[in-house]
Amino acid sequence: MLLIHCPYCEDDRPELEFANAGQAHVVRPSHMSEMSDEDFEGMFFIRDNPKGVNLERWRHIHGCGRFFNAVRHTVTDKFLKVYRAGEPRPTDAELAELLK
Amino acid sequence: MKKFNVFSLARETLRGHKGWGKQWDNPEPKKQYDVIIVGAGGHGLGTAYYLAKEHGITNIAVLEKGWLGGGNTGRNTTIIRSNYLYDESAGLYNHSLKLWETLSQELDYNVMFSQRGVMMLAHNVHDVQSAQRHVHANRLNGVDNQWLTPQQAKEFCPPLNISKDIRYPVMGAALQKKGGTARHDAVAWGYARKASAMGVDIIQNCEVTGINRSPDGKVTGVETTRGTIGAKQVGVVAAGHTSVLMEMAGVRMPLESYPLQALVSEPVKPCFPCVVMSNAVHAYISQSDKGELVIGAGTDSYVSYSQTGSLHILQHTLDAIIELYPIFSRMKMLRTWGGIVDVTPDRSPILSKTPVQGLYVNCGWGTGGFKATPGSANVFAHTIARDEPHKINAGFNLDRFKTGRLIDEAAAAAVAH
Ligand SMILES: Cc1cc2nc3c(=O)[nH]c(=O)nc-3n(C[C@H](O)[C@H](O)[C@H](O)COP(=O)(O)OP(=O)(O)OC[C@H]3O[C@@H](n4cnc5c(N)ncnc54)[C@H](O)[C@@H]3O)c2cc1C
Ligand SMILES: [Zn+2]
Repeated sequence: MLLIHCPYCEDDRPELEFANAGQAHVVRPSHMSEMSDEDFEGMFFIRDNPKGVNLERWRHIHGCGRFFNAVRHTVTDKFLKVYRAGEPRPTDAELAELLK
Repeated sequence: MKKFNVFSLARETLRGHKGWGKQWDNPEPKKQYDVIIVGAGGHGLGTAYYLAKEHGITNIAVLEKGWLGGGNTGRNTTIIRSNYLYDESAGLYNHSLKLWETLSQELDYNVMFSQRGVMMLAHNVHDVQSAQRHVHANRLNGVDNQWLTPQQAKEFCPPLNISKDIRYPVMGAALQKKGGTARHDAVAWGYARKASAMGVDIIQNCEVTGINRSPDGKVTGVETTRGTIGAKQVGVVAAGHTSVLMEMAGVRMPLESYPLQALVSEPVKPCFPCVVMSNAVHAYISQSDKGELVIGAGTDSYVSYSQTGSLHILQHTLDAIIELYPIFSRMKMLRTWGGIVDVTPDRSPILSKTPVQGLYVNCGWGTGGFKATPGSANVFAHTIARDEPHKINAGFNLDRFKTGRLIDEAAAAAVAH
């Protein structure tokens, strides 16, 4: 069981209070009907699925109910950072720093 | 390779089993092969076997980063069935079921295929309707499946609790009598042994770290922890690690990898005659020939390559097991473990050519590919040998996520083993 820090409640809570909501920073287009099949596939089906640092969404579903983003390592499952929805994606340099 | 028969058994019994010899060779990698298969699970070893046997291609290496059969092939709960909803799935899984029926004879290796029946429980009105729809669709496709009332389900599986006042009451069940289990390790070992005897090099402790291509984009071989190895064709059959490998060739996949767990109890006398699954409560159970209850749990909810899983997932499964089979409430569990399963958006596998010439992929089996091992290997070998899919796997292409022609077993069954 993971211990997850909610950036709104500012507290560590057990994984059971949260729901994973998949890859972070997947931008939903405003005009989906105008998308090419390739772009739709990329947005809807293709996933990074990295063995290493993953950017993912979580929702504190049995707590404050809000979505946030996390940087987690998929081999150790360790959370390296959590940040609120709407905050920018960490740069590659910041991600490399987190891994040190 | 020594044949297994009553005479060889008798001879070896008399001389203390000292003459069996190695079941497969352990060669050094050559510089160049016709075909490289990445991943020595059941699907990869089987692919090499059918390439050699049915397509006359024997200059093959199967490269494995760990030991053969040490991935999901050796970690699964061995449930075999073919009662999937869609025509494409019925074709693929039933092809596999037919191959299972003669696999021990074909490989001269006892894979302990046991058609003890697989029963899938329905716990609510929606389950009942969708299970009955499956039964009808299966029958139209020539796939054996039948509907049982709760009483009939209990007759087929006496330990089942069909009381109406439990948390998830049993409202009926779909039974595939031809379904059952097999010995997972034996499947990997049997394919390895026969493939090795036909000249296939099985190279363990050899991790693929790169996929090499010529300037015009064609595959030329792989980089490994044991050096560069050339090949005209490369088949990736790496289950949970498929995204990592395909990335090496610049192909991004519609896959996510999750931990999936199973556990076994202490061994007891035969008490559980069949396989019972419940999708709604994520509990799958059968009894091995050793006497252990073999219990399958659900996946964790997040991408992970940790090859373990969370304790609360197991606990949730055991809650359901105890309620459905009160006789097991005092059983001790001996071992738990996890595998990493590669899940597609439509919960159907991908057996396909790729945008890279000479590169093929067999993946996306998720939580339920053991049952498909012989059929998948058989049609994937065809796909590589002919550079075009067999008609059975034509629909399971990588393009379907672009064209929208999904094989949506996800919507049909929610989860599937
Ligand atoms: C707990 C659990 C229960 C399951 N229960 C069932 C069930 O009841 N019924 C069912 O039908 N299915 C079940 N499954 C699913 C089933 O196990 C898999 O779909 C199937 O075994 C996949 O076989 P495979 O040969 O494709 O993969 P694997 O057996 O995982 O083989 C892939 C191999 O690739 C190797 N590899 C990975 N990366 C590299 C690399 N870079 N270089 C070299 N080698 C590499 C791995 O080490 C591995 O040995 C279950 C799975 C799990 C984990
Ligand atoms: Zn919160």
